[in-house]
Amino acid sequence: MEKGIQKSLSTHDLAIGYGKNVVGQHINLELHLGTLCAIVGVNGIGKSTLLRTMGRFQTKLSGNIHLNGKELYQYSPLERSKSLSVVLTEQPTSKNLTAIELIALGRQPYTNWLGTLSVEDEKNIQFALNAFLLDDLKHRKCHELSDGQMQRVLIARAMAQDTPVILLDEPTTHLDLYHKVQILKMLQQLAHNQQKTIVFTTHEIELAIQLCDKILILDGKENPFGDPCELIEQKHFEKLFPSEMVQFDAKTGSFKVSK
Amino acid sequence: MQRSRTYRISFILIGLALLCSWVLNLSSGSVHIPFEETVSILFGGKPKVEAWSYIVWDYRLPKSFTAILVGGGLSLSGLLMQTFFRNPLAGPFVLGISSGASLGAALLLMGATMVTGMTSFSFLGDASLALAASVGSFFVLSVVMVVAQRVKDTMALLIIGLMFGSITSAIVSVLAYFSSAESLQRFIFWSFGSVGNLTPNQIILLTGIVIIGLLLSILSLKPLNAFLLGEHYAQSLGVSLKKSRLIIIIATGLLAGGITAFAGPIAFVGLAVPHLTRQIFDTMEHKVLIPAVFLYGAILMLLCDTLAQWPNSASVLPINAITSLVGAPVVIWLLVRKRKMLF
Repeated sequence: MEKGIQKSLSTHDLAIGYGKNVVGQHINLELHLGTLCAIVGVNGIGKSTLLRTMGRFQTKLSGNIHLNGKELYQYSPLERSKSLSVVLTEQPTSKNLTAIELIALGRQPYTNWLGTLSVEDEKNIQFALNAFLLDDLKHRKCHELSDGQMQRVLIARAMAQDTPVILLDEPTTHLDLYHKVQILKMLQQLAHNQQKTIVFTTHEIELAIQLCDKILILDGKENPFGDPCELIEQKHFEKLFPSEMVQFDAKTGSFKVSK
Repeated sequence: MQRSRTYRISFILIGLALLCSWVLNLSSGSVHIPFEETVSILFGGKPKVEAWSYIVWDYRLPKSFTAILVGGGLSLSGLLMQTFFRNPLAGPFVLGISSGASLGAALLLMGATMVTGMTSFSFLGDASLALAASVGSFFVLSVVMVVAQRVKDTMALLIIGLMFGSITSAIVSVLAYFSSAESLQRFIFWSFGSVGNLTPNQIILLTGIVIIGLLLSILSLKPLNAFLLGEHYAQSLGVSLKKSRLIIIIATGLLAGGITAFAGPIAFVGLAVPHLTRQIFDTMEHKVLIPAVFLYGAILMLLCDTLAQWPNSASVLPINAITSLVGAPVVIWLLVRKRKMLF
């Protein structure tokens, strides 16, 4: 598989937080097309804050975010919507939408003022439906879907938006192991086959090590970023949790409870 | 697609229902005019009694037209509010928007006469009544919106709407205490709600307001659909939050305020009709819902007005009472049957 050479999303010495309350700083990452990247770290370290800052839902404190070589803050809302899509932890307000209606909303940046779907739009929607195995469920209402199905619908919506970069906030919470792996594998395929940059926050460090091309560890200090193997060699996962509680086994890439 | 075809049939049916309820509305009233006579009068025929033609053309036709505007417009504003406030129980009456309009109208009807002693109303007066009520509804709408930004709890929002209703009625009582019997009476009659007392000029003004509200809603089709996902998702879909919020608020305020100004505070239509419409048009797509809700609201208002004109009786019941009698049970039924009102 060829990796895209084009830099699609990068941050330089980024500081995030709310007003005077700095949540995280010195965050550096550099992602190319065709990359799946996980953001990991303990609760409250600022994973979601970072994601929301990169999605332009909240203002950065300092530093730079570049999207396709251009500063994120110079994008107009419409322009941004064609370059960056999101999957958030908040559920859609209306649970009365059908799966296909929800996914079709992802085409809004491309439709006319009435929101009429063109042949191209229909093609994208069908493609997203197929990619996430949703074709049989497309006329179901959102409130009739299971958590795992709902998550797939939300990701399919982001895919239908057809943007080079997709950000996801904790896409695997509330799911069992099988569905966690299913979602992450689908994301991996999407990133590799469609040449997309996919960034997600997660607590599933072991799965991230196995499936991701890059990992950003938020530790509140140096925030190491790199290939999972590199990070293991540099012993960054050991420092993530207090060693008297949990220990990292570099050989298997998994965490063990300390005895 | 299969779905759009079924909606076409639904639209034809609802269109026929509108036509039927319209003719029914025209043929009922305190003076009994046989159904065939009403139809023949509409097609320019000569009735047996000369006065019937006058009643149909000069009284019942404008009244039914107003009922269509009022029912459709209020329902549309209810739909906009439910989507905008992400709240299935939102509506012009529940959120206190109608109360705001009442306050504006009360200040004008009772306050202004206290100051100037003027009681006659010209076209300027009509416009100023619409303006006063619209300003009142805009005022409450913006306060509710500011509160909605801070309080995410949907129940809190409704309680705040209720409180606004209380504050308004308190201010109105104070005004009533000091105002003359004549202007008080006018305000009370206004607050009963009526679609029959509008002058031709008022109807023209009301038509204009409803058309503007309708156009603004159609312009906001895409943002309205995007808001179904929540504000953050809407933003990520390229919706300019500030601009679309402003347009939707202006549309809602104009519709609720303008209609309340001329027809009085009419309860429950705005809240109930969008839910009733979704029983037939099972979709969230505003492209379908906006016309459907408007037509459905018009039908309901025509039927309520027909009931208010209790056939062959000389007395006309206040329409506000009828809409409450019809609307409130509908809301209770929806809550009980579905437990959680989905929208």
